[in-house]
Amino acid sequence: MNILRDLFKDYRFVLSFGVLLILLALAVTASFCPYDPSLTGVVPRDMRPSAEYWLGTDSKGQDVFWQAAFAVRNSLIVSVIAALISRVIAILVGMVSGYVGGMTDRVLMFISDSLLVIPLFLILVLMSMLLREYMNLFILALLLSIFGWAWDARVIRSLILSLREREFTKTAILSGTGTVKLVLNEYMPFTMPLIFSTLINNMSWAIGLEMTLAILGLVNMNIPTLGTMLNWAISYQAILLRHWWWILTPVLLSVFLFVALYWLSVSISEYLDPRTRTQRVGV
Amino acid sequence: MNFLKRYLIPRLIQYLLVIFLGITAVFIIPRLLPNDPVSTMIGVMQARGQQLEPGAIDEMVTSLKEMYGLEGSWWEQYVAFWGRLIRGDFGVSFFQFPTRVDVMVARAMPWTLGLLLTATVINWPLGNIVGGLAGYYSRKRWSRVLDAIAMFVRPQPYYILAFALLLLLGYAVQWFPVAGGTELGRKIAFNWPTIKDIIRHSFLPALSLVILGGAINFQSMKLIVQYVTSESFVQYAKLGGVTEGRIVGRYVIRNALLPQLTGLALSLGQIFSGALITEIVFSYPGLGSLLFNAIVNGDYNLIMGITVFSIVGITTAILILDLLYPLFDPRVRYT
Repeated sequence: MNILRDLFKDYRFVLSFGVLLILLALAVTASFCPYDPSLTGVVPRDMRPSAEYWLGTDSKGQDVFWQAAFAVRNSLIVSVIAALISRVIAILVGMVSGYVGGMTDRVLMFISDSLLVIPLFLILVLMSMLLREYMNLFILALLLSIFGWAWDARVIRSLILSLREREFTKTAILSGTGTVKLVLNEYMPFTMPLIFSTLINNMSWAIGLEMTLAILGLVNMNIPTLGTMLNWAISYQAILLRHWWWILTPVLLSVFLFVALYWLSVSISEYLDPRTRTQRVGV
Repeated sequence: MNFLKRYLIPRLIQYLLVIFLGITAVFIIPRLLPNDPVSTMIGVMQARGQQLEPGAIDEMVTSLKEMYGLEGSWWEQYVAFWGRLIRGDFGVSFFQFPTRVDVMVARAMPWTLGLLLTATVINWPLGNIVGGLAGYYSRKRWSRVLDAIAMFVRPQPYYILAFALLLLLGYAVQWFPVAGGTELGRKIAFNWPTIKDIIRHSFLPALSLVILGGAINFQSMKLIVQYVTSESFVQYAKLGGVTEGRIVGRYVIRNALLPQLTGLALSLGQIFSGALITEIVFSYPGLGSLLFNAIVNGDYNLIMGITVFSIVGITTAILILDLLYPLFDPRVRYT
């Protein structure tokens, strides 16, 4: 609880926490939507924002407010699944590589370096191009998580490397603690905050990549996400026709979402690093 | 010679391995996935209402298989695949038949390269110098203001930032053209009006890359400089009466530049993807727009060609940066 109290002293943490809560609430209201989000023509087309339609309606005859609620919900779902699965890979690779060392370490780090160096985005395009017919939220998340672990595995590995040199590791090994138990019981608590902060970063990365693929039309266009919403607005020429409410809604929502996730992760990682913490407080 | 053995040769081996792995992935991925490009292609053609006789379909399947190199066992296909790559032969584009893929890529490449180079040449030094100063004088008001702006810009994906600029400067105030690389129908020639036109059209895409890249460089540089400033050799220099300008310029920023160089090499792939997306937003005639059209048309050969070119291009650029590294860091040279 002390951690939370300290974190709430950082205005960035408070702000981003608040924004995320609001977005989460919006995502939850999606379940109260009176109609199926994939149906078109349920409301009059191209209405400006009004008391009846808070954020107006689009050229497909959908209520922008409900579309936005579903978009935020689905984008969050994809990013959480992708981030969780890639965390499992990152933790496994990082811990094995850092603890075992030697040839295993070199091979694993070579794989993760290759993933970092190759323009992954193009490989992703190639894959989603061929998976297009099977695309749904889960497959998309899985695809993102296969590629999203490399950097964080490296970060976790370097932490494990430094933990391995610490005194308590020797004590644990000499007193007969098994490797698995040592890693899970002794190292895990140290890596948990770091993993949490990489989790948030990875969510943000996944949302961004989902939008990119959606802009290219490589995801299922009938499932509203922030990306598909933008794609529809663009393909119906919302800018030229001055339907600003349609295009501005997903743009503003994603701006807030990205800023909130980023500030959350920055305030947490600054808290974790005492050197910057003292600089910020100004000791 | 020690340098050669410990730095250069392992690095070259890694370079070749990464290219080998990347291109092998490009070969394997389509073959692992459940649907094959040939039947997809025929499906697309039928969906467009082209009438195909049953006999014609068989003929087409054979010719398509030949073209995609799908004849024979996997191993034979793999060897043939490399053979074609080394000859620089990526086959022909399907939807701009019979234009060759390498010709199309070569036509788009200068646009992308120009955009990327210009943006990097501006944003890397700018972000680093401003970031370095802001890190050294982190208590000053201007440093905090810049930091706040960077905190807001930094998390935005290339797409959103490009879009915001387009809405603001392209539509709202209409200072810049919103699409294309030149005015419609302009012949590319080496004269002033053409160059002016290209600059005017490239301004917004380049600006969005510069702003985002600059913000990223600014932030990491500021952080590194804050660390370096708290190190004891800086304190010592201060106590020894070295002028502040010399400390910042010669000691602090120079030390902090090394991780930034590594950072540039590591993030080149991301910067490249970002540039492709930015091109699509502004319909700028580079590789990104080519890729977009290839995806929309299901032009499989073209996508493969762009991917292979990009993998080789990016890894080579990173290699060059890595080989330049010893020039900046004497420690690598002498160990």
